[in-house]
Order: sequence, then structure tokens, then C-alpha cells
Amino acid sequence: MNLQLVLEQILNGLQLGVMLFLMAAGLTLVFGIMNLVNLAHGSLYMVGAYLATTFYRWTGSFVLGSLLALPATLIVGVIVEVVALRTLYERDHLDQVLATFGLILFFNELIAIIWGRVGLFTDLPQWLSGSLDFGGGFSYPLYRLLIVMLGFAVALLLWYVVARTRIGMLVRAGASNRMMVAALGVNIRLLYTLLFGFGAALAGLAGAMAAPIYAVQPGMGEQILIQVFVVIVIGGIGSIRGAFAGAIIVGAVDTLGRAFLKPALATLISPTAAQAAGPALASILIYLLMALILALRPEGLFPARGH
Amino acid sequence: MRSRARKLVLLAMLALLVLVPPAAALLHQLFYVDLLRRVMIFGIAAVSLDLILGYGGMVSFGHAAYLGVGAYAVTVLAYYGIHDGLLQWAVAIGGSMLVALAIGAVSIRTSGIYFIMITLAFTQMLYYLGISLDVFGGDNGMRLPERSQFFGLINLNNGTEFYYLVLTILAAVVLLVQRLVESRFGMAIRAAKSNEARSRAIGFSPYPYKLAAFVISGGICGLAGALLVNHTAYLTPDFMQWTRSGEILFMVILGGVGTTAGPVLGAFTLLVLEDVLSGWTEHWQIILGPLLVLAVLFAKRGLAGLLPGGRGG
Repeated sequence: MNLQLVLEQILNGLQLGVMLFLMAAGLTLVFGIMNLVNLAHGSLYMVGAYLATTFYRWTGSFVLGSLLALPATLIVGVIVEVVALRTLYERDHLDQVLATFGLILFFNELIAIIWGRVGLFTDLPQWLSGSLDFGGGFSYPLYRLLIVMLGFAVALLLWYVVARTRIGMLVRAGASNRMMVAALGVNIRLLYTLLFGFGAALAGLAGAMAAPIYAVQPGMGEQILIQVFVVIVIGGIGSIRGAFAGAIIVGAVDTLGRAFLKPALATLISPTAAQAAGPALASILIYLLMALILALRPEGLFPARGH
Repeated sequence: MRSRARKLVLLAMLALLVLVPPAAALLHQLFYVDLLRRVMIFGIAAVSLDLILGYGGMVSFGHAAYLGVGAYAVTVLAYYGIHDGLLQWAVAIGGSMLVALAIGAVSIRTSGIYFIMITLAFTQMLYYLGISLDVFGGDNGMRLPERSQFFGLINLNNGTEFYYLVLTILAAVVLLVQRLVESRFGMAIRAAKSNEARSRAIGFSPYPYKLAAFVISGGICGLAGALLVNHTAYLTPDFMQWTRSGEILFMVILGGVGTTAGPVLGAFTLLVLEDVLSGWTEHWQIILGPLLVLAVLFAKRGLAGLLPGGRGG
């Protein structure tokens, strides 16, 4: 276990963390403000990944393809909100969970019909596929580094929009009292639709960034969705700060666990036992962490104010 | 009157289920025995979920976990050469109850959406655990070496005998849950569902009651898992996939939450619908998905609400 490897894994953890954050931010905003549980959030991530890949192939430009995928996913999100989810705001969480579960089946099958069940693979463009040399024998893939920086930039932007702008103020006001904001002359319905679309675009961004490094296939959204649930439960539902902290924690624990748990166990128990137990334990580590945090703080680390 | 009508409906359903194997044999459509056996196994799982969802108000999005634990218990014992059905099924039930105790102890401390997400996450954890168990086939799963054996009394390799065994267990489970719900214990969990603060004020803490109901529900679902792996004769981690939990939840909602016959009706409807749709097109989920959305939006009372006396109690 050398320093380079540790550094590399920490960066990998950060990279997973910011992707989880992009997903968790949209989900937690929609939950905190509209009181809606949207299981189909993972489907929007999948849609984003497929659209980005397709646009990339059409335009021949990776950046342009990814940029086009954002408004396209936003539009898909708005359509979903208007057609299916709008009627669910007043219903209980059970109905929301089941209806959005139905949406997942629909989206997975729709994607399979359009693009087939076999995964899509894209190569990064030449200028992004290299590694950045930090000297001292340590280098790290440029693209993953970009993901980390972009993720932090989006987190900062999100904080600014919610805490410092008029739109953010309306959103926060709508969260604490929907009726009052509507009575003051704000079109709350439109606000909700836009907010949902914005969350969808964030999921689409995560999907577009994931496309070149993970497999793009039907059902790819659910795998990350459940990790995002863990993030939100750890961070506290409805809180963006919590989503950020939870995402970085889960990203780091999951990545470092997969990398170092097996060798660490091998020093304690026999190597063959570590060979078997290491991967099993690593894959359930974040859930154990969630159970621990819930036992200590059932509201999560950063519970949203006003709930 | 209402409870009498309900009893009649239940008896009619039972009679229909009893008649399935001879009718199928007469029409040379043995496939239906297989299909209905599957329906009844999922019916048991759905009834177990309804105990905590319909009467206790706990929305578990993780009932596939116990299905998986029950199935793994049977298969692992069979793998090591233990084929005694009573022992296998006892381990399946006991193991599921232990897992339910662990999951319930953490998740019942929370409520609402937290509860849904946590039960879902723990089930996913068990799913990944199943995948990483290479000894038992890992990702691909493994064949059940031999079906459970009952000293030669009941032969599970005989489709009809297995069918009647499942039917008997289903009837027993429905009766058990009904008795539980109407008992003092059932009143306690129903009271906790309608108002936890009031329950506390009357002088009992809802937590142990809810946890007990959760554990019983897990045990019943574990038995369904033991039946399911005998039905498929093949174990895969997919038993614990989260979509499976969603399906069981849907069966309860579709059939009618908090009703006696509802969950079984829901299991019947969903599985037969899946069967019919997948016969039409490979892309049947694109029809099923929106249908489920519509069912949630418009059929609030469930199928049992359509039956005479269905909303008794």
C-alpha cells in the first residue's frame, strides 16, 4: 500500500462522491420542497447518459453532446412532471413510490426498445483521455479529475442559487408554505415544474458524465439510485448540505472499502478468508454505515431546517 | 352481514383454488397448476406484507429480503446434504425472523419516507451479499440440488401434491394473520398505525408491538421464500432484487390494503397480467408500467373493494 495508490483511491472516491451528489441534490430538493419521492430519478440519469452518447455520435463533439443532453433531459423531466407526477404531490408517499416504480419499468423498456438491451460504449475524445502527471510518479486520469472539479463547481452554484437569488428565495418560501407563496401571487405550479426539470437536468448531467466511464445500459439508473438513497438518509432528507456531505462520505467509504478492505483484512485473518470476506464486506459497507448513523442520529447528519 | 359475505367470498376463492388441478388435468393445461402455485406463493408473501403495511402502517419496500433469506436457507442446507424439509423450512423461517429483527430494530425507529428508503437499502445490501457469495453461485445463482423432503409423506416433485401443500399453507397463513389482526396484539398495532402519540398516552409503547409484527411478517415471507425456491428449483440473488419488493408491494396495493383476500387477489392479478402481456410482446413492461401508474392514481380501494363485504373491518 503506497502513497500513490491511496491518493488515487481518494480521488476516485471524490469522483463517485460528486456524481452521487448531483443525483442526490435533485432528489432531495424535490423531496424537501414538493414532498415527492421520485424513484424514477434514476431513470432521468439513464436518459441523460443515453442522450449524451447519442448526441455525441451525431455531432462528433463530446462537449457539445453532453451540453445538448442537459436541456433534453430537462424537457423529459418537465414532461414527466406534467403528465404523471403533478397529481401525486397531494398523495401519500406509498402512492408516490408505487407510481414512480411504474415509471421506472416504462423508461427501462422504452430505452431497450429504442437503443436495445446491449450496453452502449463510447470512447473519450483524444484530448480528454490522457492522464495528468503530478510529478513524483503520480498521475491521474484527466477526465475523472474534470468530473470532480465540475461537481464542486455545480455544488457551489447550487448553494449560490438557493441561498442568494430571488428564485432560490421563492423555492425556499414554497417549501415552508406553499399556500402563502401562491397567495402572494407566485405561480407555484410553474415553479415546481421548473424545479423538477432542474433536478432532472442535474441527474442528466450525472448521466452524461457517467456515460464514458460506466456501462450505459437499461437499468443503470437503479443501481445508483439506491446508493443515492443511502446518501440522502445519511445526510438528512431535504438538505442540500446534507446531500453533499453524505455523497462525499458514501463515495469515499465505498471506494476505499473496495480498494483496501481486502488487504487490511488479510493482515488480521488468513488471506483465503480475507479473499472471500473482503469483497462481500466492501459491498455492504455503506449500508452498515447507514445503519450506524441512523442508530445514533435518526434524522441524518444535517437535518433540513423547518421540517 | 358484511363479515358473512366476506366469509362466503373467501370460501368461494378457496373452492376455486382447490378445483384448479383437476380442471387443468381435464383440459390438459398443466401449465396453469404451475402458474397458480406461483401466484399462491407470492400471495403468501403479499399477505405477510399486508400484516405490517395494512394494519401496522409500515411501508416495507424490502420484503424481497425475506424471500431471499428463506430461499438461501433451503438451498444452502440442501447443498450440504440436509434435505429434511421440516428442518430446512424451520431454518428459513427462523433466519428470516432474525434478519427482520435486525432490519426492523433500526428502521422502526424512523417512519415515513425514511422507513421506505431504509428497508429498500437493507434489501439491496442483502442482494449484494448474495452476489458476492461465490460458494453459492454468486451472480448466477445455483440449482437447488433436491427439493425439500418430508419423510416420503409429500412429494414436492409431484406438481399437484406441491400445489395442495402451498394452498394449505396459504389458507393457514391467511387465517393466522386474520386471527393476529383481531387479537389484542393486532389492536395494539392498528392503534399505533392510526395515532402513535395516543397509543403512548394510553400507556403502551408501540415500538415492541410494531417490531414483533415486523418479525412475524418476515418469518411468513421467509416461508414463502422456501416455497419459491422449491417451485423454481433454482436459486438466484434476483429473489432479493428490489424490483421484487416493488412487485410484492404492488400486489398488496392492487388487491386492497388491509383486507383478508386482497393481497392474494393482487398477486393473482399482477402475475397473470405479466404472463398475458409477456405472451403478447417482449416489451411488456412498457405496458405494465403505465398500467401500474394508472392503478395507483385511480384504483385507490383495490380489487377487494369490489367484492361483496370486501371492506369489512
